[in-house]
Amino acid sequence: MGILEVKNVGKRFGGLKALDNVNLNVMENTVHAIIGPNGAGKSTLLNCLIGKLIPDTGSVMFDGQSVLGRKPHEINQMGISRVFQTPEIFGDLTVFENVMIPIFAKRDGAFRMHAIESVRRETDIVEAAEAMLADVKMLEKRDAHAGSLSRGDKRRLEMAMCLCQQPKLLLLDEPTAGMARADTNNTIDLLKEIKASRPITMCIIEHDMHVVFSLAERITVLAQGTPLVEDTPENIKGHPKVKEAYLGEAAH
Amino acid sequence: MLGLQAKDFRLLLIVVAMTMLAPFILNPFPVNSAMAQFNAGYPDLMQRFVIFGIFAIGFNILFGLTGYLSFGHAAFLGVGSYAGVWMLKLLTMNVVPAILLSVIVAGLFSVIVGYVSLRRSGIYFSILTLAFAQMSFALAYSVLTPLTNGETGLQLSLDDPRVLGVTQVDGTIPAPHLFGASMRASYDLVLGGWQFTFNVGYYLSAVVLVLAFYLAIRIFRSPFGLMLRAVKSNQQRMSYTGLNLKPYMLAAFVISGMYAGLAGGLMVAMDPLAGAERMQWTASGEVVLMTILGGAGTLIGPVLGAGFIKYFENIFSKINDTVLHQWFGFMPDGLEDVVVFIVHPFIGKGWHLTLGLLFMLVVIFLPGGLVQGGQKIGGLFRRKAPADDSATRKQPAE
Ligand SMILES: Nc1ncnc2c1ncn2[C@@H]1O[C@H](COP(=O)(O)OP(=O)(O)O)[C@@H](O)[C@H]1O
Ligand SMILES: [Mg+2]
Repeated sequence: MGILEVKNVGKRFGGLKALDNVNLNVMENTVHAIIGPNGAGKSTLLNCLIGKLIPDTGSVMFDGQSVLGRKPHEINQMGISRVFQTPEIFGDLTVFENVMIPIFAKRDGAFRMHAIESVRRETDIVEAAEAMLADVKMLEKRDAHAGSLSRGDKRRLEMAMCLCQQPKLLLLDEPTAGMARADTNNTIDLLKEIKASRPITMCIIEHDMHVVFSLAERITVLAQGTPLVEDTPENIKGHPKVKEAYLGEAAH
Repeated sequence: MLGLQAKDFRLLLIVVAMTMLAPFILNPFPVNSAMAQFNAGYPDLMQRFVIFGIFAIGFNILFGLTGYLSFGHAAFLGVGSYAGVWMLKLLTMNVVPAILLSVIVAGLFSVIVGYVSLRRSGIYFSILTLAFAQMSFALAYSVLTPLTNGETGLQLSLDDPRVLGVTQVDGTIPAPHLFGASMRASYDLVLGGWQFTFNVGYYLSAVVLVLAFYLAIRIFRSPFGLMLRAVKSNQQRMSYTGLNLKPYMLAAFVISGMYAGLAGGLMVAMDPLAGAERMQWTASGEVVLMTILGGAGTLIGPVLGAGFIKYFENIFSKINDTVLHQWFGFMPDGLEDVVVFIVHPFIGKGWHLTLGLLFMLVVIFLPGGLVQGGQKIGGLFRRKAPADDSATRKQPAE
């Protein structure tokens, strides 16, 4: 039994079959990578998992429950958090406020009317936010405007925001895209640390094979909206179909 | 203090001082001086300053925090006014029940308007609120005449039942009062050439404004306020963080609707009548101008904006050509006429023109409103002072 079970999911945009009969099984407490060329439908698949898109066909089960027909905030409260391909953060707020919001969402649920108390007096929230910023080494930037951070820091902040919620499943959409090698290695270390320190399942979309082979326990290769193969990293490396469809193409 | 940070507490103290000392601050010129017409310290106008201040504070909780621009907030003020007058007609001339009912009725009405309008965002939300307000105006103006007395407006009459009070006193309608203290009672303090008026109605409104302002500070600094700012910043991230936008938005909408109702109730307490024109779209637009002019999203901005616009409306509009000729009398005759001719369109009935130009200047050069202007001036002084921890003034919600 996987924590995430995607069955026969299809999604069309007009005449384009972005996803065609996708089956995916992500096992609990593993890191599962999805790789594939640009336009393969990877981001679209994640969109179908978090309620941003509704698939035309098929089913998506998380933790034994269907996510289809639920609103994005309900799906998140079930335990799925996502880091987006272009960072989605609260650009007008400070780094610290950005981290506090998901902690509030975790503690208080989708809505709670705390209109009189001061944010500063919510000591448990403040402490948790400080601890999280220390974890991702951003504590000295706590009062900076999130919108003014570098791209790498925005990604790190978004990851911290997702981790604050202690999700059961963390979806990462190209978390190292556009990063320098050093930043990429930092991200790999951070993700390894996270994985080691708590029970969490990760589903990661990545182009950088170094990242994929450092982290993933299972790999699914997606091409033109359909999974080609699913296997361990060792077997994927040598797979002729994969070389042809993806690795060959990525090497140009 | 009072659960506020030092900075916010200072702001509250400033507002307390401004409102409590308003009769002095607004009457700086001796009664018989040529400048006396710039005095704004008479009860009627001071009441309007604070009542519109309350209206704008509430509007800012919606617009300033969430960025949702309602173009129909005057409807809540109007509904509150009607409810208040009915309370004065039917129950008692004591203003407390009237004000309370104004707030409650405006709150209930804003639940309905908000529930429908918040199905859309951006310009569509604004249009929906505008449509609601115009419908309310039309209803009040004609369809609901039994409730609103149509175009004449709802007034007290000599045969109102007033079950907990008296219908008439010596053949006249009694004045609204607060546990016996008449809203119209005033005390004049004459000091040399100066005269200062202390009015019960004004002080009631001023105390309510201070409370409303205090509540707004608490809301701004609360987790709820943080969520509202998150709505403005990134709705997508908010819902993928497990937060349900709808109830947060509706709560903000209803709170600001209740502030509008409170303003409407106070208006009625000062002057017990209500007319449909209070709900017209121009009235809704005015509170938008006040908030933007003062500084949307700042705490004190809306209060300043409200005072600014009401001052213009009441003082600038009273300057006429005779006054201008007095001012420019020192010039040679021909030049005097030319100057008066040039200035003429901007004063008297032309005050809208002046206000419009000012508004444009502020929006273009001070997008943060008068508050940003104040910060810039403050910054100039600070730069002159040596050794200073600069660059700490970027706090958005001051
Ligand atoms: N909202 C959308 N509307 C129309 N076409 C879309 C939309 N989202 C994605 N697509 C198309 O679907 C295909 C898959 O896109 P995407 O899932 O972003 O690919 P990947 O993330 O694997 O690079 C692409 O051809 C893309 O243009
Ligand atoms: Mg993508």
